[in-house]
Formats: sequence, structure tokens, C-alpha cells
Amino acid sequence: MLRFMFIRILQALPVIFVVITATFFLVRSAPGGPFDQEKVVIPEVKKALEAQYRLDLPLHEQYFAYLGDLAQGDLGPSFKYPGRSVNEILFAGLPVTAELGLYALIIALCIGVTAGVFASLRPNTAQDYVPMSLAMIGICMPSFLLGPLLVLVFGIWLDWLPITGWGDIPGDKILPAVTLGSAYAAYIARLSRAGMLEILSQDYIRTARAKGLSEWRVVTQHALRGGLIPVIAFLGPAFAGLLAGSFVVETIFQIPGLGRFYVQAAFNRDYTMILGTTVFLSSLIVFFNLVSDIIAAWLNPRLRHQFQGGGS
Amino acid sequence: MNTIAPVFEDAEKGSSLWHDAWLRLRKNKLALFGGSVLLFMVVVALLTPWIAPYSYEAQNLDLGASPPSAAHWLGTDIFGRDVLTQIMYGGRISLAVGFIATAVALLIGVTWGAVAGYVGGRVDAVMMRLVDILYALPFMIFIVLLMVVFGRNILLLFLAIGAVEWLTMARIMRSQVQSLRQQEFVEAAVSVGLSPAAIIHKHVVPNALGPIIVYTTLTIPSVMLLEAFLSFLGLGIQPPATSWGLLISYGAETMEEYPWLLIFPGCALTLTLFSLNFLGDGLRDALDVRGSKD
Repeated sequence: MLRFMFIRILQALPVIFVVITATFFLVRSAPGGPFDQEKVVIPEVKKALEAQYRLDLPLHEQYFAYLGDLAQGDLGPSFKYPGRSVNEILFAGLPVTAELGLYALIIALCIGVTAGVFASLRPNTAQDYVPMSLAMIGICMPSFLLGPLLVLVFGIWLDWLPITGWGDIPGDKILPAVTLGSAYAAYIARLSRAGMLEILSQDYIRTARAKGLSEWRVVTQHALRGGLIPVIAFLGPAFAGLLAGSFVVETIFQIPGLGRFYVQAAFNRDYTMILGTTVFLSSLIVFFNLVSDIIAAWLNPRLRHQFQGGGS
Repeated sequence: MNTIAPVFEDAEKGSSLWHDAWLRLRKNKLALFGGSVLLFMVVVALLTPWIAPYSYEAQNLDLGASPPSAAHWLGTDIFGRDVLTQIMYGGRISLAVGFIATAVALLIGVTWGAVAGYVGGRVDAVMMRLVDILYALPFMIFIVLLMVVFGRNILLLFLAIGAVEWLTMARIMRSQVQSLRQQEFVEAAVSVGLSPAAIIHKHVVPNALGPIIVYTTLTIPSVMLLEAFLSFLGLGIQPPATSWGLLISYGAETMEEYPWLLIFPGCALTLTLFSLNFLGDGLRDALDVRGSKD
């Protein structure tokens, strides 16, 4: 197990390095300087600004200086908001996005696992078709469509829930979390159904049933552990998707989180902010992929042993 | 898969495999429904310049936004433009992005996977290692970054999305090729002295088509979603061109007063994604393709 973790961590490091390097040179190669939009800047002021943002140095020196700052956890100053650092802006948005993502994930897991397990117990009956059709709708209904539709129905027509903001009015967190979580609920439902169906046809489940265990115990104590491995493995990629989804959901509901900052930085061409956010979000995603891989391996004895015996 | 003498292989086995698959697919009503809707959408998209009820630029500022009526079946937007016409032209772009970006992914992925799987050894290890690293990159963020850095160019959008989606294709192709090259008919082809390129082209690719077709069908909707996502954020298709994602984003801005501007483009996108997913699932069952992991 340790060996497996070690290999996976070693594999993650080059990825983060590639992200940092590729993002840095991509952003630096973008056409137009960061101060082009400002009215007229006196040459001395421009020089001072360039020196402050280290734009007067040759490119490779800028790169190494940036790597040095990163190693100390400093993502640099923002181009757009003078006097504020990228770190400050990121850490202002992080708790909001983390909370939104957490609620969305809880919704997705509760609904998804329940629906998937429920469907797998009576395959090819109404108990299977109804939740799986709903899951298909969930997958085909993108968040940028579902969000406005939910706002329209529950916020405007029925007037049950507030439609913008975050933590200002009670209940204003419900619609964003549901919007973000529903697509993942649908994927998780499909994954847990498929996983459970495979496990439920195994010999050891037949043995458990033959022993006379109740269906409840067979499912909860024997089948779930194996049947939910695909779901655990999906959580890593789902995390990346939740972050990308938060771009849209935070824009729709005007939530001051990381996703909205990223989209705003993209529009404002705030290059240091884009650079910093990309590096930060990417590292987060790589980290969560790592964690979900390790948990999935820990739950799956076959994969665990494969890595103990020589690895592949 | 029975192996017959290589000479007859294409004609004999090919027809029966595809015939069986067609018989199975025909029984799957959802997949047939998906296929028909998709066909309809594609035909409409191709014929749009001739069959659209109004011209793409036509405005009617006096009319403004109006709900569905006999003259405008799906209503008009705030500039008095016909919504049905907008959706038809938007569909051309959305479908084009879906098909072209998937084709890019298909070309890169199949070539990459076939070479890695066929050559094997160290070449394979290096090539798939690269795929692993790229897999772990958060591409959604990278596409946003690309669109910011290089401007919002539609050609770039095709390439960027295609470049993201080829990875899974490469993995599927490689595992197919690896199992196929152990088969007797490939050994026979080698012993006859065919070049590796000819073997890949004539024997390996046709036999690996099933999973590739299925995965292609399922890639198109995810590509279309990606385009719609970017367009919604304002980073994808730019006016005066339009796409379903862009129409949805306009619709969302004014949905309180004019809900039809959100609902109809949303229906068009959802229905198409539905159809593609049903068709893909149906094809998977018909061609008896298992998950991509084996």
C-alpha cells in the first residue's frame, strides 16, 4: 500500500510541474501587455510597474523567479486589483467554493447512491427504469441550463427560494448546491448501479444469501463495499468537474467564489490572477485525484496486491 | 470472433458481425429513437440556409420579443429575430463543433493508440506514460486559459476540444490492438510479409471498430456540452455567429420576462444530447462492447 501511494505521488509531481510551466509560458505568450488597456501611462510609471511585476527581466528569469515564489506559496500580485495579491483573492473565494462543492457532493452522493443501489436490486423493472431515466435527464441537462430553469421555476414563478447571493438570506444556498450536484448525482447513480450489479452476481453474494442472511445485510455488509468502488474512483474526476461547474453556477447565482473570480480574471485579462488560479486549481485537482485513487485502491484488494507484488 | 482465412475475412465476417449488430440495435427502441432524432437534426442543420423560415440577420425591432405565434412558431427575441431560425443556425455550429472536434480526437487517438499497442515495448511505455500525464491535467481550466490567451477563435475551439478528448480514444484503441495482435489472423498477416502499416490499416483497425464507434458516439455529446459550457461563459462561440450554448446564455439573462428564449434552445440541446447518449448506449449493447478498462 505504501509502495502504491509512493508511486502515485511520484506520478503526480511531474503533472503539477507541467501545469506550472505550460501555464506560465502560455500566459506570457498572450498577445498584448497587461497595461495596454489603461489610458496613458507615463513611461516612468510604466517602468516602475513593469519592475514591480518583474516584466523587465528576461523571460527565463521571470520563470525561475516565479517558481521561487511558488515554492514559498506566493502566487504574486494581481494585475487588475493593485495592492491585492492573488493569494488574498484566492483565499477569499476558497471557503465559499469549498462549501458549495461540499453541499453539491453530499447531495450527489445521497441521491446518486440511493438511486443506483435501489435500481440495481430489481434490474429491468420499473424500479430500475424510473431512476435510470431520471439519471439520463440529469446527465443531458447541463448545469447552465438547469440553473436558470430552477431559478425560473422555484425562484420566480413559485417564489419559494431566493435566486442570488450566498449566505445573505436563509435558503439561498439550496438552488446553487442542487444545480451543481444534480449532474453528479446522475453519474453516481449510473456508476453505483453498474458496480452493484456486477458484485451482486458474484459467488460470495450467493454464499451470503445461502447462509440465510437478510437482503438488507447482504447489500449493506457484503455488496456495498465492492459495488461502490467505481463511485469512489469517480470522486477524483468529479472534483475537477465540480470546480469547473462552479464557474457556471457561481456566475449564475452571483456567488463570490473561486469559480467566479476565475471567469472574471479571464475576461479582465488579469494575467497573474489567471496564472495563479490555474496553478492553484490544477494542484487541487491533481491532489484530489490522488486521494481518490488511493482510497479506491485501499478498498479494492486486487489492485492493492498488484502493487505490492512488483507493481505495473 | 472466428478467424477465417485472411483473404475472405473482410467480406465474410464483416457483414455478419455488422448484420447481427443491426438486428440487435433494431430491437432497441430508445436507440432507434435517438438515431432518428439525430438524423433529423443533422438534415435540418445541413438544409438550414434553404429551409429556415426567416433570414439569419432579419430583425424586427417594432415587434421586439414576442411569445410563440403562427408567424413565429417559437417566438422572437428582443430584437424581433425569429427564435426557430436562431436555433437552426445555432444548431449548425453546435453540431459542427461536436462532429469536427470528435473527428480530431478520433484521428489522433486511434493513430496514437494503434501505434503504441502495435509497436509495444518501450515505445508503448513512453507513449502511454504521456497519455497518463495528460489525463491528470485539468483540461477544463486549460481550455478556458487557451481561449483567453489566443482569443476566441472557433478553429482553436475545435482543436482544443479535440486535443482533450483523444486520450480515452487512445487508451481504448491500444487495449484493442494489444489483444488483436495476439490473434492468429494477425500472425498470419505478419508471416505473409505485410508491412505493419498495412496490417494496422487492413486487419487491426476494422476489427477494433466496435468500441471506437461506441466511444465516438458518446464523445460527441460531451464535446457539444463543452462547447455550450464555454459559449455560456462567453468564452466560446462569439456573435454574430451563434450556438445553442450562446442562445441559452442570452435566454438566461431575460428569462424572467421572456422564458421561451431560454426554454426552446435548452430543449434543442437537451434533446440532441439525449439522442446521442441513447444511440451510444444502444450501440454499446448491439456491438457487445464492454467497458474501456479491459
